[in-house]
Amino acid sequence: MTGLREKLRAALVVARRDFVAVVFSKTFIFFLIGPAFPVVVGGLAGNIGAKVQQNVERPTIGLAMSASDSQRMLAARDELEGRMAGGIPQLIVLQDVGSGEDFDAKAALADGNRQVTAVVGGTLDAPTLTAPAERARQWVGLVSNLAARARAPSPTAYPDVRVQEVTTSLAKVKTGQIYTAQAAQVLLFLLTMLLAGMVLSNLVEEKGNKIIEVLAAAIPMDAMFMGKLFAMLAVSLVGIAVWGTVIGAILLMGAKSLPAVSTPAVGWPLFLILGFLYFAMAYLLMGSLFLSIGGMAATVREVQTLSMPVSMFQLMIFFFSSYALTIPGTWVEWLSIGFPVSSPYAMLARAAKEPEVWPHLAALGWQVLWVIVIVRAGAQLFRRNVMKSGPARGKSSVSLLAKLFRRREDNAY
Amino acid sequence: MKIELGEWPVGGNVSDLTGVELAIEARGLVKRFDGFTAVDGVDISVPKGSIFGILGPNGAGKTTTLRMLLGIIDPDEGYRRVLGAERPTDVARRIGYLPEERGLYPAMKAYEAIGFLAALRGVPLKEGRRKGRELLEEHGLGYAADRQIRQMSKGMAQTVQLLGTLVHQPDLVVFDEPFSGLDALNQGKLERMIRALAARGTTVIFSTHVIAHAERLCDRIAIIAGGKVPFAGPVDLARDRLRPQVRLETRDQDGPWRAALPADARHEGAFWYFTLPETGVEPLLRALIEGNAGILSLSIERAGLHDAFVAIAGEAAARALEESEGEAR
Repeated sequence: MTGLREKLRAALVVARRDFVAVVFSKTFIFFLIGPAFPVVVGGLAGNIGAKVQQNVERPTIGLAMSASDSQRMLAARDELEGRMAGGIPQLIVLQDVGSGEDFDAKAALADGNRQVTAVVGGTLDAPTLTAPAERARQWVGLVSNLAARARAPSPTAYPDVRVQEVTTSLAKVKTGQIYTAQAAQVLLFLLTMLLAGMVLSNLVEEKGNKIIEVLAAAIPMDAMFMGKLFAMLAVSLVGIAVWGTVIGAILLMGAKSLPAVSTPAVGWPLFLILGFLYFAMAYLLMGSLFLSIGGMAATVREVQTLSMPVSMFQLMIFFFSSYALTIPGTWVEWLSIGFPVSSPYAMLARAAKEPEVWPHLAALGWQVLWVIVIVRAGAQLFRRNVMKSGPARGKSSVSLLAKLFRRREDNAY
Repeated sequence: MKIELGEWPVGGNVSDLTGVELAIEARGLVKRFDGFTAVDGVDISVPKGSIFGILGPNGAGKTTTLRMLLGIIDPDEGYRRVLGAERPTDVARRIGYLPEERGLYPAMKAYEAIGFLAALRGVPLKEGRRKGRELLEEHGLGYAADRQIRQMSKGMAQTVQLLGTLVHQPDLVVFDEPFSGLDALNQGKLERMIRALAARGTTVIFSTHVIAHAERLCDRIAIIAGGKVPFAGPVDLARDRLRPQVRLETRDQDGPWRAALPADARHEGAFWYFTLPETGVEPLLRALIEGNAGILSLSIERAGLHDAFVAIAGEAAARALEESEGEAR
């Protein structure tokens, strides 16, 4: 217990020094405006997001017509598919509705098992479209076209569609939640990338200042690692507080053009708490990994060179998690949940989509375990490999890796 | 010049420390890096309150040995006990360490840097900073207490780090090549500081490749070469490993007295140089007088540490040491 207390005390000394050094440095302003740049990049990468969105959303229109009308509508859809830019929503038969029979379209939209975005009822001559306002506007022409083609292969007249608007649909809620999950993942990635990069820079500073041996002699290495990680976490909280204040001020000033975000499945309060916890875990996992790899590098230049493959790794983790979001329930999603460094991304997305809370407790425990494992392993490797003196008798794998990348960089004129 | 070794065994360590309280005790320390054995079975015993020097050329294994003693790295084999603890990190608060590659955070002010180093060793930050100001005043740097390290000269920054090493009043101070990079004035200051520390009862251990520092300061030394310690013990004992050298001046150049001189005695100018025979001074004097040598002068000098180093560590190690000294200059 004394050992643990001593480690925490030592970590706090290092964390305090690093925190003050970063926050009171002139370059901290760049950290604060840094997120503005990825937002621009994010905008440029919107096409990718849109594609992902299309794959995820798969809007479906339910049919509640007579059996023959439904079949003709389905045939008309198949005939039209491929001819219309942007594709046509899926059609599924919700129920065969006999003459004079009623069908509660609103209830169907609210039914979680059906997952339809709109319902087409009535007859081919007088179809009805029940949908949220936005979808109704988007699909009223399509429904008229389908009904006309269902009536005759070469239609000359198009029936009027009676629109019944509903406030929302379960599918829309789900779609919105996926948006929320994506937004949360992007935010998590950007924050983590910024901070993990700063941890590496911090290590460069230590090596440049040659103070690392003083630290290593005075305190346990894992305390030093934890101190550095905690410092950057605290720095990020300052950043989040500043960014939150700015965004809040913009909202208060009436800039309502910011995109609306759907309420996550676990509710906003819990989602925000989980968001913070997963951010902390994502950062601690990635940061400790960066610190371990960076700590093994022998020179400042090696540390700087290593930041490239490490950033690429981070990007791959993000894309992996984003991809897993698009194929829920598959082994890919489970892998992204189980793999320690992608787990926070996957679980935050899950918090947006699924209401269960207990999996988050398990996931957080799993992630904490890996933070400890990586920090301890990193500290051990650091002690074993870094504090060598005298002439270099051999090259560590990290050195060789760094050399490889450096050579490529050197050759790239 | 041929140097004869005395009767003491080369390679073993002198076991004259029975009953002496030790600050550091290390046995059979081995450290390998990537298949290269940097330290190969080092034995060191450092009595409490003594000044102990680790003497050897660059690359001999001095820094690696110190790092193992401090717990920065663990030995692959062997045993160490520092201030009574088998894990040196357990007593880190009682140790001060000045590494060879010195460095501080450039943006820190002088008193903050000392406070930070104190905090690492368990002193509350506020108290450490207060002590930092006091120490800077004591050492004539009070005017620079609020100056950032980056605004200081190299010598001033080194003094700040040295004060940071001592601010928590450690029981054991470890210096790795403390004199390198210092001008003669500051080397003298540091020597005085080391003596003052020892006078207070603090154990001081330092590595050096400059024999003169070890000879002037140390109670005991360990000679390290090629990762091994061929000698560890009192400085005097190292010097006594060589028989004293005799310089003789006689009135007559030849005569029966010549039989009293060893066969390898050298004649240079008016003087004869030779190693004092094992029989001692009295039989030699008697033979010279009875042989009518007409002694004009006779001096018997103890061997210097440099000669002892050559004899103990070998010519190659001595040459490497001289090269190290040359690089340092």
